Amino acid sequence: MTNPVIQTKAIRKAYHMGEQTLWALDGVDTAIYPGEFVAVMGPSGSGKSTYMNMIGCLDVVTEGQVFLDGCEVSSYKPDELATIRNQKIGFVFQQFNLLARTSALENVKLPLLYSDTPEEEWDERALNCLAKVDLSSRTANQPSQLSGGQQQRVAIARALVNDPVMILADEPTGALDTHTTEEIMGLFQQLNEAGTTIVLVTHEPEVAAYAKRQLIFRDGLLVSDELTENRVTLNIDDSSLKNSAA
Amino acid sequence: MNIIKLFSIALTALRLNVMRSVLTMLGIIIGVSAVIIMVAVGAGAQKLVDEQIEAMGGNILIIFGGWNNRGGGGTAAVATLQDKHADMIMEQIYGVEAATPYVSGKAQLISGNLNWSADILGTTNNFFITKNWDLESGREFTAAEMTSGEKVVIIGSILRDELFGASDPIGQTVRINDFNATIIGVLKEKGPDMRGNEQDDVAVLPLKTVRNKITGISRNSPNSVSYLELKAADTVSMEYITEEVTSLLRQALNAKATDEDPFRIRDLAETMESRAETQSIFNRLLAAVASVSLVVGGIGIMNIMMVSVTERTREIGLRMAIGAKPDDILNQFLVEAITLCGVGGIIGVGIAYGITHVMELYFNTVTEINPEIVLVSIGFSALIGVFFGYYPALKASRLQPIDALRYE
Repeated sequence: MTNPVIQTKAIRKAYHMGEQTLWALDGVDTAIYPGEFVAVMGPSGSGKSTYMNMIGCLDVVTEGQVFLDGCEVSSYKPDELATIRNQKIGFVFQQFNLLARTSALENVKLPLLYSDTPEEEWDERALNCLAKVDLSSRTANQPSQLSGGQQQRVAIARALVNDPVMILADEPTGALDTHTTEEIMGLFQQLNEAGTTIVLVTHEPEVAAYAKRQLIFRDGLLVSDELTENRVTLNIDDSSLKNSAA
Repeated sequence: MNIIKLFSIALTALRLNVMRSVLTMLGIIIGVSAVIIMVAVGAGAQKLVDEQIEAMGGNILIIFGGWNNRGGGGTAAVATLQDKHADMIMEQIYGVEAATPYVSGKAQLISGNLNWSADILGTTNNFFITKNWDLESGREFTAAEMTSGEKVVIIGSILRDELFGASDPIGQTVRINDFNATIIGVLKEKGPDMRGNEQDDVAVLPLKTVRNKITGISRNSPNSVSYLELKAADTVSMEYITEEVTSLLRQALNAKATDEDPFRIRDLAETMESRAETQSIFNRLLAAVASVSLVVGGIGIMNIMMVSVTERTREIGLRMAIGAKPDDILNQFLVEAITLCGVGGIIGVGIAYGITHVMELYFNTVTEINPEIVLVSIGFSALIGVFFGYYPALKASRLQPIDALRYE
């Protein structure tokens, strides 16, 4: 069996509210393997966001171990975590988080700035990623000149540019309408088919239904870990996807 | 991350907010240009004085005769300085290059139908040394001419122009008051002195000739002179020379221990320097005031950087999420502040050059911008960028990526 991309061993995360200690995660063991498309679900306060922060190397655990691509990141210092995030994880956020008044191409190139990639390769790599999200014709556009779906696709291209081991998407469709949600989820499925490991954090079952596997959190615990029943799959060549991309 | 990348990120960020960047820089621009202009005006004044001292030929003391009331009661006042004192000073005091006696007066000079009133100086050839003056043409006085009081004259360039125009005056005769003198030399043009008096409007004759023919001879002190001028070598201090001259002359003039000096010694360079010093203190004060505006500009930078960090919290969060280390964020904001200050400094220097140029052209002010002060100003304003940019940058780098990402 291949090594997991993400493995957590009895991770706990404490938040201190005055004298009270709140365990946002209270002993979670998970493993996510290459090529998986996992939805992390749960209501607010369930610990799913904390879990995402831990596996995304944005925060450190109080107890337990987190392994990312074989490295024990739970013992890393902030600078090392930054490097790991840069090299191994592609983030996609609800609010897209693109730099305003900056072209799509420049936005996609941003992670390369913090990597060791030679500058001569930047344009080529960024353009390739924009092609993967079908935005080759919009490379010079600024976020304000793009629709919500297009902006999120720029963000996905940015997540792909450093060739990460995993894409971590935090409510990627939270700011999009139903139609555009379909478009973005279709894109994720397409990328997943091509081999990209995707972890999707969402509280919407309809969105989670696009994933292959669902992790459900409640009160800091993993309460369910099952393959998706009745998975929604979009035909990659679906004309509606093409139309909305235009 | 290399420095070029950092500057290109900073420039990109600043370009996104051109208006704000320019307004922020304004404080630094004004501060830097004000400091440079003030220092340039001060340096210009100093340069002017230095040039005048240079033209004067260095360490010059002028000794004026006083009036000596010695002997009590009825004895007539006696002019104290005589030409022999010049020789005494030269012979007895170490470090004196030349000492020159002068008898001065004014006379009417006539050549043909042209008529000109000029200053008359009776002196010795030493005056070429002490006045740092050269001949344009002709020759100096001969020893024989000096002893016999020959009627020969060396004229200044204004006299030459007024009386002879373009023709060569050497060997020609000019009438001075009631005698004819032969012109043996013409002095190089010297221009006005520091008080604006024309120095070239002069006729120089042997000491004895002036005494005999123009000023007349005093019965009590036939060898009296108007003043002595001495030039000291660069190797000796003016204090030392002044002390030596004072004690020598007091002795020579029989001054009692309780008497005041029967003469006055003036150090020309010192007089000029002290005037320049007053000017420079004033200018330094102005430069200090100007540098306060530089600090105020720095506070403006800090203010805007604080606003910028808050405004761009989500951007900081994103950059951290995609791999920026805390130091990368620190450097980014620090370099932004330094760029603002540095570019502001460079613009300030440009404006200072422009304004001093206008001052020179239209207000006749001598200014001098030396490269050091330009470098110091730009360096200092970049330092202000570091100083006032550090806190906001540190604040940005201390943000936690998860908090920054969710910042509304």
